[in-house]
Amino acid sequence: MNAPKSFESGVLTEERPGALKPPADLWNKHKGGLVIVECPQRIPCDPCNTSCPTGAILAFADINDTPRIDYGKCTGCAMCVAKCPGLACFVADLTFGDGMALMKIPYEMLPLPAKGDNVACLGRVGEKVCDGRVENVTEPLKDRTRVVHVSVPADKVNDVRAIRVV
Amino acid sequence: MKELRTDILVVGGGPAGLSAAAEAAGIGAKVLIAEGDLHLGGQLVKQSHKFFGSKDEFAGTRGFEIARLLRDEIAQCGDRVKAMLNTTVLGYYPDENVVTAMTGEEEYIRVSPKKIVIASGAQERLIPFPNNDIPGVYGAGAVQTLMNVYGVVPGKRVLMIGAGNIGLIVSYQLIQAGVEVAAILEAMPRIGGYWVHAAKVRRLGVPILLRHSIARAVGDSFVTGALINGLDEKFNPAGPPEKIDCDTICLAVGLTPSNELLWQAGCKMKYVPFLCGHVPLRDKNMRTSNAGVWMAGDVCGIEEASAAMIEGRIAGMSAAAALGFKVSAGDFEKYHLRLKNLRAGEVGEKIRAGVADVTVDGWEADA
Repeated sequence: MNAPKSFESGVLTEERPGALKPPADLWNKHKGGLVIVECPQRIPCDPCNTSCPTGAILAFADINDTPRIDYGKCTGCAMCVAKCPGLACFVADLTFGDGMALMKIPYEMLPLPAKGDNVACLGRVGEKVCDGRVENVTEPLKDRTRVVHVSVPADKVNDVRAIRVV
Repeated sequence: MKELRTDILVVGGGPAGLSAAAEAAGIGAKVLIAEGDLHLGGQLVKQSHKFFGSKDEFAGTRGFEIARLLRDEIAQCGDRVKAMLNTTVLGYYPDENVVTAMTGEEEYIRVSPKKIVIASGAQERLIPFPNNDIPGVYGAGAVQTLMNVYGVVPGKRVLMIGAGNIGLIVSYQLIQAGVEVAAILEAMPRIGGYWVHAAKVRRLGVPILLRHSIARAVGDSFVTGALINGLDEKFNPAGPPEKIDCDTICLAVGLTPSNELLWQAGCKMKYVPFLCGHVPLRDKNMRTSNAGVWMAGDVCGIEEASAAMIEGRIAGMSAAAALGFKVSAGDFEKYHLRLKNLRAGEVGEKIRAGVADVTVDGWEADA
């Protein structure tokens, strides 16, 4: 079935306010990674800010604002990944080595993957982008939203947005 | 017949009703809640997703956890709040100021409240299509109840009609329950729900077909599929229908206020499309044109639970204030501001316009 890859149907197709990527120079060398946010619609929501322990996700003047980030303060801790009700936050660590990146991706499905598993890494319309290896599975807020740490080829971090246990 | 008296009767134990009860009891009123279901919490009990909004409205917390927090708050009020479960309010007789209700199928109750807060919520809309009376055609609320309250999946492969928040969220929850979502159809040229909810299901491979609708259900004794159509600018079918295999068709095409009691109470009503039906005129503290009746939540216009909870707090406080219970300075303003902030974004635009259309000055509670 041919569903459109349009913004109007929930697919990020172009740069937008609230769709945030780290600056390349900082991203390339920042151990622990930096956050990617894909929250391009003004909705009343601010837990990314209130859950951020370092103040990297800036306070909202209006709760409907889209997020803004001070990348100098981001540690890649992924608390926002676990907290965001829209599952719109992801972390990518480009310093993982050997041409690979470590992504931290929110996951609320079953079965849970385990460390060492190979999983399918999916893009914005569910297409398989690449294989990934699960490096860790955490539950930062103990609320059943897992953060899956998965290593993927570094050139795929702008495409991988979900995993499927295979 | 059991006769009951109370300061405030709250009709409906969902997010709006529980918030109203907690707030009114918090400043001293005795509150009776009538809830038709077997548990308090309303639709919250089946919401397994995390809520939006701010910390004050429990943002980032799952809906059923919010129901638990509200029930805890009610429990803290001790015997100032009593809840009657399995109790459906049947009618309101303004001349005698009597509300009749029934617990289970046997016990009739007459309640004489000093004030009433109506928080009876909403009912689902359905769209007609040929063959829609065979098993396998569901409203989204039923699918959520089956899945998230009773742990029963409705089928193996679902076609979702409607890409508002309910259609998008229930699709996500179906996938969580191991059910395949064949597609989500949306008649409008864009999704109606939050973009992030749509992105969540898109990245799991669910197609969202804009400008599409269902033409008919396929199947003799149960659903085996659906015929779907593209729609032109005037929402007429365009092009030949396409067959989708599915065993469940789930309708998530909107809600409309369950406003019968408000009609009975003689409240001045107005049809407001942005609020999805007939809703009462109200002052900013949720009082209707009937000076003894307040309202909160979906019954006064379809909106998010976060807004329903604030409306409930305002209504409960205002009803209690009308009985002479003391409201701390600034409390109304605090809730008015939170409501305003929630509605300030682009998705709040229609709500703002709708509420402005039915808000009047001058009915503020005065004992």
